[in-house]
Amino acid sequence: MTATVAEHRSEGALATLRRGLRLMPEFRRGLPLTFALALLATAGRVVVPVAVQQVVDRGLSGPGGPDGDLVRDVVVVCAVVVVLTAGAVYAMNVRLFRTTETALAGLRSRAFRHVHDLSVLHQQGQRRGSLVSRVTSDVDQLSTFMQWGGVLGVVSIGQLLVATVVMAFYSWQLTLLVLVCFVPLGVAIRFLARRLAAAYGLVRERVGDVLAAVSETVVGAPTVRAYGIRERTAARLDRAIGRHYRAQVRAQKVTAAVFVSGEVVAALANAAIIVVGVLLGVGGDLTAGTLVAFFFLVTLFVAPVQMASEVLNEAQNALAGFRRVLDVLQTEPDVRDPAAADPATARELPHTPLGVRFEHVTFRYAPGAPPALQDVDLEIAPRRRVAIVGETGSGKTTFAKLVTRLMDPTEGRVLLAGIPLEQVAFASLRQRVVMVPQDGFLFDATVADNVRYGRPGLTDADVHAAFEELGLGDWVAGLAGGVTTPVGQRGESLSAGERQLVAVARAYVADPDLLVLDEATSAVDPATERRLTHALDRLTDGRTTLTIAHRLSTAERADEVLVVDAGRVVQRGSHAELVDADGPYARLHASWRRSSAGEPQPTA
Amino acid sequence: MPRRRDAVVRRGMRHIGRAIAEQPGMFTWAFAASVLYGGMTVASAYVIGAVTDRVVLPAFATGEPSAAGLALAVAAVLGVALLRILGILGRRLFAGIMGYRLQADYRRRVTGQYLRLPLSWHQRHPTGQLLSNANSDVEAAWFFVAPLPFACGAVVMIGITVAVLVVTDPWLALIGLVVFPLVFAVNAVYSQVMAPRMQRAQQLRAEVSEIAHESFDAALVVKTLGREDVEGRRFTARAEELRDALVAVGRVRGLFDPLMEALPTLGTLAVLLVGVGRVADGATGPGELVSIAYLFTLLALPIRAIGWVLADLPRALAGFDRVTPVLDATGETPHGSTAAAGRTGGAELALRGVEYGFDGAARPTLSGVTFDVAAGSTVAVVGPTGSGKSTLAGLLVRLVDPRSGQVLLDEVDLRALREGEVSTQAAFVPQGTFLFDDTVRGNVTLGEEYSDEEVEAALRVAAADEFVRRLPEGLDTRVGERGATLSGGQRQRLALARAVVRRPRLLVLDDATSAVDPAVEARILDALRDAERPSTVVVVAYRQATIALADEVVWLEGGRVLARGSHEQLLAEVPGYAALVRAYAQTEVAA
Repeated sequence: MTATVAEHRSEGALATLRRGLRLMPEFRRGLPLTFALALLATAGRVVVPVAVQQVVDRGLSGPGGPDGDLVRDVVVVCAVVVVLTAGAVYAMNVRLFRTTETALAGLRSRAFRHVHDLSVLHQQGQRRGSLVSRVTSDVDQLSTFMQWGGVLGVVSIGQLLVATVVMAFYSWQLTLLVLVCFVPLGVAIRFLARRLAAAYGLVRERVGDVLAAVSETVVGAPTVRAYGIRERTAARLDRAIGRHYRAQVRAQKVTAAVFVSGEVVAALANAAIIVVGVLLGVGGDLTAGTLVAFFFLVTLFVAPVQMASEVLNEAQNALAGFRRVLDVLQTEPDVRDPAAADPATARELPHTPLGVRFEHVTFRYAPGAPPALQDVDLEIAPRRRVAIVGETGSGKTTFAKLVTRLMDPTEGRVLLAGIPLEQVAFASLRQRVVMVPQDGFLFDATVADNVRYGRPGLTDADVHAAFEELGLGDWVAGLAGGVTTPVGQRGESLSAGERQLVAVARAYVADPDLLVLDEATSAVDPATERRLTHALDRLTDGRTTLTIAHRLSTAERADEVLVVDAGRVVQRGSHAELVDADGPYARLHASWRRSSAGEPQPTA
Repeated sequence: MPRRRDAVVRRGMRHIGRAIAEQPGMFTWAFAASVLYGGMTVASAYVIGAVTDRVVLPAFATGEPSAAGLALAVAAVLGVALLRILGILGRRLFAGIMGYRLQADYRRRVTGQYLRLPLSWHQRHPTGQLLSNANSDVEAAWFFVAPLPFACGAVVMIGITVAVLVVTDPWLALIGLVVFPLVFAVNAVYSQVMAPRMQRAQQLRAEVSEIAHESFDAALVVKTLGREDVEGRRFTARAEELRDALVAVGRVRGLFDPLMEALPTLGTLAVLLVGVGRVADGATGPGELVSIAYLFTLLALPIRAIGWVLADLPRALAGFDRVTPVLDATGETPHGSTAAAGRTGGAELALRGVEYGFDGAARPTLSGVTFDVAAGSTVAVVGPTGSGKSTLAGLLVRLVDPRSGQVLLDEVDLRALREGEVSTQAAFVPQGTFLFDDTVRGNVTLGEEYSDEEVEAALRVAAADEFVRRLPEGLDTRVGERGATLSGGQRQRLALARAVVRRPRLLVLDDATSAVDPAVEARILDALRDAERPSTVVVVAYRQATIALADEVVWLEGGRVLARGSHEQLLAEVPGYAALVRAYAQTEVAA
């Protein structure tokens, strides 16, 4: 019931990966062969050391002087291996890109669709931006990481394995020596990685400060000028930029330290190889070529360490994003379509005008929170036009969300035509019950496209006819391109009132039996206001209508008025009855009359 | 097309020159470190060769290791490695500092311009664009600086290597002369092929994000019309296009990476093949052969650094091109030298034939606006959307200057006043409340010296005293970025207190109380009028109750003053006025 997303902030990296793999079957399928190719690919990296060893030991110091034929054979074999492994790397890369991108596109689409099932989306408008990041930047980051860091990581591990095997084949003593040098580094890297993460964490925090300070100079431009505080603002900016710079330099120092740690160990390893190698060689346990080959093999240990310094930070970010996407995907929707759960038990609404019944309905936004609606028990007859009136926070909107099943009641139940809402298939419910929200959101398309959203398949002529029926023909005729006029992003090329007209037409073509209107609060110009009132009359004609009224003029025209206060229905009756009764409605009405007449409000 | 490419290369080189010219010191250090690194890389290859020739092979041949030889070999390996490591550290650190300094520097310059340029300039540029100019564009412009010294060092290193090769053995040098340019050429082709693919992926990323934004914003419509699956398919279609674009990018990269690895390796093998013959001829020693082979494997990475710089240049230029117009923009607000008249009490305000138009607009926003506001009186400016009310409010406190005509404060043209003088006389509360990420106190005082009593008195006038008292740390509570922790009404009241604490002689409120309860608003206006030295107040208002408190109403329509008079007078005489005021009143009550 709570409109939130479960969070696993402290989950370990492996646990996240396991959770992710469970949710991304496409990924799991492609993985084993890709890893096999990766191992093969790293074989190319040991070709040079092996070639050098062969050339030095057998080609140059053969019994009869340098042996050109042998060297030629070695070089040709090696060249073939190099070309083959290059081919394997190519195949691995393409596979890896294709499987990761396919898996991520699937993840992205599933997360997007899932978000639409979550009530966070419509209950907490301020969190929409972060939900967008779940299906955009979080996935993008994961994709970049997998193709860069991920590839490097797989290859690096393969490289370490293959190099170790070749070394062990040449000389177990020297291999042990190299491992003794590098294993402590592996341990140290874990510690350094934490330092690195902390340093980059600080950079990110400082970036946030800079962004905030910069936005003060842009968004706060009028305030900065009106109050003559340019210098103060400049000083704040200067400080934020300076702190960001210092954090960056610090992070760079840590990165550089991690980066060279591999080189330091490699130098020590090389020095040790010379001494131990020569001693072993003198004892007859080692050839000169093998010793030289070790110099080359040690360089294969350096690259993975350097890679770690660059990739670890990104890996942290990518994992955090991955975790957030998985958290969204694994959040259970609070309201489920009964047809999706069990098609056999889902019911359809009958094709008759719908009556509404609230049976002792109580609703809380969070467990323990004060109820938004409390023990509401009422019945609304089919075809009635009912206005719901009350102050902000009285529970009016909750009413609308329950009757459209955007949320389920905490206690009690809501019935339409005698059928409990939770048994009604969504397909039937959404077709017969339509809500016109306060801000009739328009898509960046034409007027006709936006109207068609209410009923796909209508032609432009049908849409035009609908506008005519609503008495809006003259308004459409006044648009530059009639119903084919583009409305711009979020409908911004139309005024707020005109957007509302399109939203009304959209509801009209959907032809519902129960209509829920959340009246727009913003003021519109008088001409549009008249059109809107008229169109709404046509729209609601013959349908059961629940209007969340923000203006009392709407309540005056309704068949019946419900007055809500602190989650309870405190009055019910026609406008004429209520305005004469001593009660909250009469007080609201008196206050409105005073304000319209231009008298100052009595000071509280 | 080839000419355009040349132009990009030329401009790119100039851009590199600019970076070096701005940070010559850091670049020199980073470059020196890169050369040290390069030199020591070549040296390390020779040390390996020398150790092979003089220590390893003799010891193996004689079976008698020389302790002195071993010690020398260890010292040489460690010494060269140490210098090489110093080179790497210096290169990374100095190159990093160079890039970060350029970023910080340009960020300061860009935001300095934001603070300097007049508000009319701000109005011509979308907020989002200005924010990205100062952030991502500046970053993109100097991103290539990080590998720049490495790349310059690589050029030197390749030069040294080729020279050394030529001296050692011309035949082996020939291999280098084939392999190194080939590596470079592959890099160049790669950037060419990659650029359009990357661009397409970037474009599709933006489109995917747009759909997500739109669809989530439309959640209520989508849900209540049962269109979730349709939206899901719309998103999936674009996400799949993005997937294909990214796979296309991957295919090119997937080919490039192994190619870049195979080329130096094949070069090394060629060195061995040719080298054996040379050793047999006695032209080269085995040690030298090992050195050259080792060198080839070491050089692959620095050559790629050149590729990194070149590949990033187009992006850097694009970012820099977006930043330049901000840095080049001119138009300071000139100030006069007159001091304010030094009167006390409310200021006297007069507008004389004021005309104002946004650049490029067909019709002026305001024209022929003339009226007087008597000292200490309250005037309400009323008009339909787009009639020029906010522009008029901004003119009164000189946020913008009129195209023609005059705004007079105590009979002095605002433009004749000294810098900072207007803000000592007048306070302005704009339509969109803006709070700084600071404490409540900081937001009211804005760094000026006011006692707590004065701040509290101002909060009382703005009806903000009660909620501030309830905040966890009272006046010292931080309000968060743009006042995120407060409600809209609370933010507006703090912004009002900020104006009131200055005891301005002129107070201009541009619809600054829209989120405040009407009763509270009336209390605030009463308090302003009842002060012992009342300010002159100009208020852009919508609510009938607010308007009714004004001594006079100015009716603005289409940028002209069409009527003036008391509220009752205008209600009776101006039909448009009556219709508008009633329409606003209707929406007010039940909400």
